[in-house]
Amino acid sequence: MTAALRRNWPLLGTALVLVVLYAAASLAFPGFASLYQFAHLFDDNATLGLAAVGMTFVILSGGIDLSVGAVIALASMVLALLMKDGGWSIWAAVPAVLAMGAALGACMGAIIHVFRLPPFLVTLAGMFLARGAALLLTPDKRIEMSSKAEIESLSSVLIQNFNLPAMVFLAAVALAWAALRFTRFGRTVYAIGSDESAARLMGLPTASTRIGIYAISALCATAGGIVQVIGTGAGDASAALLLELDAIAAVVIGGTVLAGGRGSVIGTLLGVLILAIITAIPSYHGTLNSWWTKIAIGLLLLVFVLLQRLSQRWAAGKT
Amino acid sequence: MSDPLIEMRGIVKTYPGVRALDGVDFTLHHGEVHALVGENGAGKSTLIRILTGAERRDAGRVLLEGSPIEPHTPVQAQRLGIATVYQEVNLVPDLSVAENIMLGREPRKAWGAIDRRAMDRRAEQVASGLGLHVDVTQPLRSCSIAVQQMVAVARAVDQKARALVLDEPTSSLDAGETEQLFALVRRLRGQGLGIVFITHFLEQVYEISDRITILRGGRCVGTHVADDLPRLALVSLMLGKAAEAAATRERGAGEVAPTAPRRLEARGLWRRGAVGPLDLTLRAGEVLGFAGLLGSGRSETVRLLFGVDVRSGGSLVINNRPIARHSPRRAIAAGMALAPEDRRAAGLVPELSVRENIMLAFQGARGWARRLGGREQNALAAKFVQALSISTPDLEKPVGQLSGGNQQKVILARWLLMEPGILLLDEPTRGIDIGAKQQIESLVDDLRAKGMAIIFISGELEEVVRVSQRIVVLRDRRAVAELTGADRHVHTVMQHIAGETGGKHV
Repeated sequence: MTAALRRNWPLLGTALVLVVLYAAASLAFPGFASLYQFAHLFDDNATLGLAAVGMTFVILSGGIDLSVGAVIALASMVLALLMKDGGWSIWAAVPAVLAMGAALGACMGAIIHVFRLPPFLVTLAGMFLARGAALLLTPDKRIEMSSKAEIESLSSVLIQNFNLPAMVFLAAVALAWAALRFTRFGRTVYAIGSDESAARLMGLPTASTRIGIYAISALCATAGGIVQVIGTGAGDASAALLLELDAIAAVVIGGTVLAGGRGSVIGTLLGVLILAIITAIPSYHGTLNSWWTKIAIGLLLLVFVLLQRLSQRWAAGKT
Repeated sequence: MSDPLIEMRGIVKTYPGVRALDGVDFTLHHGEVHALVGENGAGKSTLIRILTGAERRDAGRVLLEGSPIEPHTPVQAQRLGIATVYQEVNLVPDLSVAENIMLGREPRKAWGAIDRRAMDRRAEQVASGLGLHVDVTQPLRSCSIAVQQMVAVARAVDQKARALVLDEPTSSLDAGETEQLFALVRRLRGQGLGIVFITHFLEQVYEISDRITILRGGRCVGTHVADDLPRLALVSLMLGKAAEAAATRERGAGEVAPTAPRRLEARGLWRRGAVGPLDLTLRAGEVLGFAGLLGSGRSETVRLLFGVDVRSGGSLVINNRPIARHSPRRAIAAGMALAPEDRRAAGLVPELSVRENIMLAFQGARGWARRLGGREQNALAAKFVQALSISTPDLEKPVGQLSGGNQQKVILARWLLMEPGILLLDEPTRGIDIGAKQQIESLVDDLRAKGMAIIFISGELEEVVRVSQRIVVLRDRRAVAELTGADRHVHTVMQHIAGETGGKHV
């Protein structure tokens, strides 16, 4: 039991931070602790959450995906364009946009794998391409949906207090958890992140797995873009700027090691919630400058990476 | 059992400029442990890489139980039943022991999900069937290296491996762990597996193997039943000289006065998993030779002395000043210089010119603020090019275009320019031609005569004997003898390397 405890301590640390943060905010701000507000944390951060779920796969494999924010913007633009100008039904447009996103990610994954290029550079190129494409789609850089009827009918799907975006986010977390834990693909993700050449020597399918990882990341980002359109009723080419960095922060605060191989999507869920609470606090506190949220996130991130390093040193010193 | 398990016939492999294997034969039977030994560059690893599909042969045949095979990748070789366990364990440290055994073959439920409980159970069976009792759900990284290697063996066995290649598995194991691994190897031998065992430790060769094949310079120089091959004969087969070869002592015959100042003194110096504990004294005006097989701890000792690696214990005194926290920076400040084994790692920058490479450390020590002028640089570089007879058309030729011997001399020039009091030379003559070798030897002798204290490592025993006043013999990471005067003899050194002297053991 203590062994299991020791193994999962980064996750427990994240959970502890979350509980303390939530309790403190609830005590300080009346109304914060309501179920309605809790549900809103998920809803307001569904796009970030989806991006972070996809980013978890990438970081577990030892990679990084900088294209996430741009893919979200591109997906929101394409979806709005298809439905407004193309007259597509939402049931046709959403799968088409998801397929586009997945294909984009798969391309980046294939380039990374085949040419042995650093993910940082390939996804940086992907970021510029996707953002550029999103900005080129219309001169206004924003597409307002004139008939929001369909969108509204979708977004009013309520189960208790949870809106559709929150449902999509939580479903993605559940799917990702199962995929990482109970499929060969998921275990190969960990194996690649832990020691890629060993994974290859063990006969694991590194190529298809790597392509799948970046496809999933882009797919999640695309879903995030769709959720954003549902929430705002518009496609926005400048949406989600630098959101990939928030996603990386959420994943790392969630206990996933940036070098790959260790971590979990549950941790990412907790990490997203921590960021959500920190960013929500200024709206409750009338006078607090909202830039303090950046300071808080920065400090938290620093503490977590330092703890990760110290635990590695401790483990290395032991053997 | 009519056909041998594996038969390799006339294997040839050529790399650009090197014939790594020149018609090597190797046969592995069922139920035997077969040691493959040889010095650096003998072709062991190339032969193994060909057997395990990591490399393609240029000519020759490989037969598995009589039928020709052609594995193109390690994975294909594994499917044929040839598995390899490397020194640096090729497993996934972050996944559990069970997953490392079962990855790629996990039992799955009807709808495709991994059945983790069944996987753990199966892994547990495989492991305990090999006498390995561990919690299979713990992450591999929390296991010792020995257990990790045994997990790698378990994975191979569960994949129906018939031939197992153990590539220097014991290099980072302590005695108890080695014994654990050997127990497993014996068990597998009993089950009829053929095991190829590669190591530098002669003790272990004799402890575990049934037969020994010796490679030298890309050729097979013999396969012997272990019990019929005396150690001395094995060492001389490996080193390629008849054990009776007379030692020549042209240089370095003179004894060093015990009153000469002590430049370097180590007491109980050791590093976990690398070398020691050992005692050393190095005086001004002497060359101390390190003799021993590859992996005996020669380079490791020099790295400790220079502060490249951190020592686990012991004391070190340089120029009568005790050194508490050692580092290469400190070593250089104390007047030490190290020319390491690997010329690339030595910081030779192939694109830079001869002059620039020679000036690198000197300029670094002066600091960039006090840059040497072009004329001074040229004069200094030219002086050393002449003194070491570096053959280069001009000072501005990129070092990468020089021959190996001349590259080595450029490195020497770089450090000699610093006028070190203590010079550590790790295999300064490896891979260079005879002429350059003799020049370096006589240079070492000149430097010694001028009062420099030098440690000299070479794989060639004759050379060590020729150059050194005293010789420390290393075996299995320990200093086993110190030879002076008339004892400095190739034959004596070999006896100590082989561990065949009942005499004084340090």
